[in-house]
Amino acid sequence: MSVLHSDSYDLVVVGAGPAGIAAAAAAAAAGASTLLLDENAGPGGQVWRGLTTTPLTNREMLGKDYWDGEAELGKLRASGAEVIHRATVWSIDPSLQVGVSHGGSSRIVQARKIVVATGAMERPFPIPGWTLPGVMTAGAAQTMLKSSGLVPSEPTVIAGQGPLFWLLAGQILRMGGRIDVMLDTTPKGQLAAALPKAFGFLTTPYFRKGLKMLAEVRSKVRIVKHVTRIEAHGEGQLDRVTWETAGGKRGEMASRLLLLHQGVVPNVNLAMSVGAAHDWDKQQLCWRPRLDEDGQSTVPGLYIAGDGAGIGGVGVALARGRVAAHAALTAMGRKAPASGLSAARAELAKANRGREFLDLLYKPAEQFRIPEGDTIVCRCEEVRARDILSAVEIGASGPNQLKAYLRTGMGPCQGRLCGLTVTELMAKARGTTPEQIGYYRLRAPVKPLMLSELADLPQEPAAVKAVVR
Amino acid sequence: MILRDVLIIGGGIHGCATALNLRHAGATVTLFEKDYAGRHASGVNAGGVRMLSRHVAEIPLSLRSMAIWERIGDLIDDDCALDCHGQVLVAESAADFETCKARVAELNRLGFTHEELLSAAEVRRILPAVAETCTGGIISRRDGAAQPARATTAYRRKAASLGADIREGVAAGLPRFQNGLWHVDAGGESFAAPKLVIAAGAWSGRIAAHLGEPIPLVPVAPMLMITSRVPRFIDPVVILRSRILSFKQFPNGTLLIGGGHLGQADIDTNSTVLDWRKLQISARTVSELFPVMRSATIVRAWAGIEGKLTDDLPVVGPSLRHKGLFYQCGFSLHGFQLGPAAGAAVAELVTEGRTPVDISGLSMARFNAA
Repeated sequence: MSVLHSDSYDLVVVGAGPAGIAAAAAAAAAGASTLLLDENAGPGGQVWRGLTTTPLTNREMLGKDYWDGEAELGKLRASGAEVIHRATVWSIDPSLQVGVSHGGSSRIVQARKIVVATGAMERPFPIPGWTLPGVMTAGAAQTMLKSSGLVPSEPTVIAGQGPLFWLLAGQILRMGGRIDVMLDTTPKGQLAAALPKAFGFLTTPYFRKGLKMLAEVRSKVRIVKHVTRIEAHGEGQLDRVTWETAGGKRGEMASRLLLLHQGVVPNVNLAMSVGAAHDWDKQQLCWRPRLDEDGQSTVPGLYIAGDGAGIGGVGVALARGRVAAHAALTAMGRKAPASGLSAARAELAKANRGREFLDLLYKPAEQFRIPEGDTIVCRCEEVRARDILSAVEIGASGPNQLKAYLRTGMGPCQGRLCGLTVTELMAKARGTTPEQIGYYRLRAPVKPLMLSELADLPQEPAAVKAVVR
Repeated sequence: MILRDVLIIGGGIHGCATALNLRHAGATVTLFEKDYAGRHASGVNAGGVRMLSRHVAEIPLSLRSMAIWERIGDLIDDDCALDCHGQVLVAESAADFETCKARVAELNRLGFTHEELLSAAEVRRILPAVAETCTGGIISRRDGAAQPARATTAYRRKAASLGADIREGVAAGLPRFQNGLWHVDAGGESFAAPKLVIAAGAWSGRIAAHLGEPIPLVPVAPMLMITSRVPRFIDPVVILRSRILSFKQFPNGTLLIGGGHLGQADIDTNSTVLDWRKLQISARTVSELFPVMRSATIVRAWAGIEGKLTDDLPVVGPSLRHKGLFYQCGFSLHGFQLGPAAGAAVAELVTEGRTPVDISGLSMARFNAA
């Protein structure tokens, strides 16, 4: 892996979404040797995916927020940070050595500080039939849309809730894609519950944009509200979606594509594998790293920024990235502009406004998080909800013990697609909290690594040993 | 105070097997496990069920264990996914092969016949993918592998169903001997019994030291890696003579790479840290021995915390200093296969004062020689 200029850096940033771009730009501009490693072909993460390469050059299609990424990317380019794409970080250890793979070979790089900015992933949405071909996540559909300009043309149902649910629908419609019906799973009465927290949200730009987006989608597509049950049907391929609403109304639609989205949660695999402590977030119903005010985790020198630190959106991600970078610079004794950290903290406080409203409004309903009966939970090992309940009955007390019974979470996805479901399902079955039940113990490699890459790692250079931390 | 016949500290396969055998003998027993059964070495090891290449002092126990493994389903109501296609030790040089010859001759002289010498051609017939450098080897045909977490959990469950009082998530306080009874405080309660078994793996050294009977036990973290599924190309488990490696393919196609390269262990926090420089050695060894493996991907790696004694042999037997105290620990990275027989033997020692299996070489006495 000869592309790297060095074996050691002041700061290594993992992930080139908004948080990673902001962190790397801030650190490199202040003179720190900075390496930004990113898995994708270009910068942007999920929200700005394809920023430099998307075929959708009509700016209306993806909207202003998307193209705002160009300014941040400009700062990154001017900063002098070393940026490597198609680079997969497969390990970070507590001494801040980073195992990274690129172009079929691997290296171990020593960092003085690390910012993990690995973003969010979609919450598992395990309904009956969710593993059928023809059922995919809204996020996957959006990836195809942004990177290749692909939109649905066959009969399509979108089901779920959350900002991305509406945003994706708007983007598909603007590009002439097809949506037959949207099944909104926001529970009845949740808007009323969230309203007391609406004031903060009203003062953000998201309020006006959100309303405009909702109005645009509602004028063009049939929307079924307060959906309480969804099933995907078909033999080897989706052909029909059925649903039921809080009012007891049933519906069905012949469909070749079902897009599911139940909000996003922090992607915690890398941070957990290093050993950073995580707590259960009762509001967002997910794991969230335990961080100090600068974003530093319980592993000294390891900072976490962006949605991986707790879902907050682009503005929060940018601010958290800058806070982490300035805090890391200060901790390394770099003479950073004193105003840097306080300005970044002020930016973060402002960006956080309105989040509580969205969290309350889009809190996913229990029946869409905790499946029953024959519904598949772990698709790698084909484990169903009832299998897990039986294992709990004969003594499985948590996700790690469950592996001995069912091998849940031991397949190629390393628990990403079932981890939250397993934790919540077991907590409910045992009458306890997700915090008590815990999560899979995660280990490097957090991404698959070729045996030959490991076998051929370059020998440890003297420079690496000499790094003082 | 809760009075029992026997208290056991440690819920690995050893403690659980002893608890099960004590119930068969009619003794009342409470077992304390600070985490959950199989949380450490017993649940996360390579699952090797191996008589091959054992130290002579362990062979009688290993042979008895193998006989139990071969009908494990009858004993604990779970077949533990035991899959036996033999284990093969591969010689990689002429010197290796000479050592193999001498080993088999020595075992035969002692009356053991489970290890058989293989020529290079015979090894290649059994392991078609093996590298040209192979000069021969030894096979133990009845050996194989099981799923360790499943086996330990099944032992725990069966012992509990027979009436053993198994307390998971309950750390035992340091034991003390008073008025003829061993006392242990755990989970806010007090327990006492005339007999106490220490089967606490890497944590056993502290207890032994506290009881004034120090053993040279070091907590270690042997590391393992598993690959994605590849078409079946190897049936037996493979180990090497001169290099550290244990290698096997599961029925689902994944391959386990282990053998005993060590990461870092911290027994206070239950945490381990992987050492990729040493895992690199494992990866290199595998790719040299089976070139076909170079393009396989590693999907998981982990380490378990285990107690290793300086002479790489466990302590199985009574204390030399205290009445009613028994050790079953220090299995030094190869205790999983021994679990069933060690549990039977320690239960016999506890209830009858003797066991028919020769474990004289595993006694505490060897540390007092100096």
